[in-house]
Amino acid sequence: METYLFYILAVVTVIGTILAITEKHPVHAIVYLVTSFFSLATIFYLLAAPLVAMFEVIIYAGAVMVLFMFVIMMLDLGRSDEARRPELKQWILPIILAGIILTSIGTIATGYAAAPHASGSLTIRDFAETLFRKYGVAVELVSMQLLFAVVGALYLGRKAKS
Amino acid sequence: MIVPLAHVLVLAAVLFGLGLVCTLVWRSNVIMLLIGIEIMLNAAMLVFVGGSNHWGVADGQVFALIIMAMTSAEVSLALALVVYLHRRKNTVNVDEFRELKD
Repeated sequence: METYLFYILAVVTVIGTILAITEKHPVHAIVYLVTSFFSLATIFYLLAAPLVAMFEVIIYAGAVMVLFMFVIMMLDLGRSDEARRPELKQWILPIILAGIILTSIGTIATGYAAAPHASGSLTIRDFAETLFRKYGVAVELVSMQLLFAVVGALYLGRKAKS
Repeated sequence: MIVPLAHVLVLAAVLFGLGLVCTLVWRSNVIMLLIGIEIMLNAAMLVFVGGSNHWGVADGQVFALIIMAMTSAEVSLALALVVYLHRRKNTVNVDEFRELKD
């Protein structure tokens, strides 16, 4: 049952992403992308990562996409008469490049003999112990990184004095 | 493990390829370019979570969380830059931002 659910959600994710990148209107693209992120969050839940799934919904679909939407509305980029997608000949070369990457990864992944994996399921307790015991320094570094990002955004966003 | 690791890797590769296409194609709108970067980072997170599930250790999930924190910092800075550039040039077309060259 869960296996079928994974494939259905994978198809939904890929279709949502394709619709998002071919949509000429930025607001519609973001709504499609939120759909894709919701199904990706469910895939994370199926892969035994409930906490990452929750953060995907809260941070990605909630905060980051709303920030994009806010900037689009603040700069007034959402006008449908000005929106246009790049012409067809610009799409060909990137699609060829992505196809090369895709076929090479697919060939390697399908020919890969999976190493025997450890038994026992991951719990949130394992996750928390790994995060705060083994990678405690990384948590501190990430908090400093967020502080620097806030300072930089404030510096860039302030009004010019002149 | 509900599905083989290879299928998770193929799904992540498809998502990464779509993000790459989005980044390379949308030069006329810097917002769509940033969205392409978001899609690629999500594919990387999917690889980390799938590997964490496959080998039964939580390190991959920790790295997915750190990628998420990095993304929120990156997006806030990048959108502040977009607002700044739009205030200067009144456009979001990437081809217009070439003052360093001229």
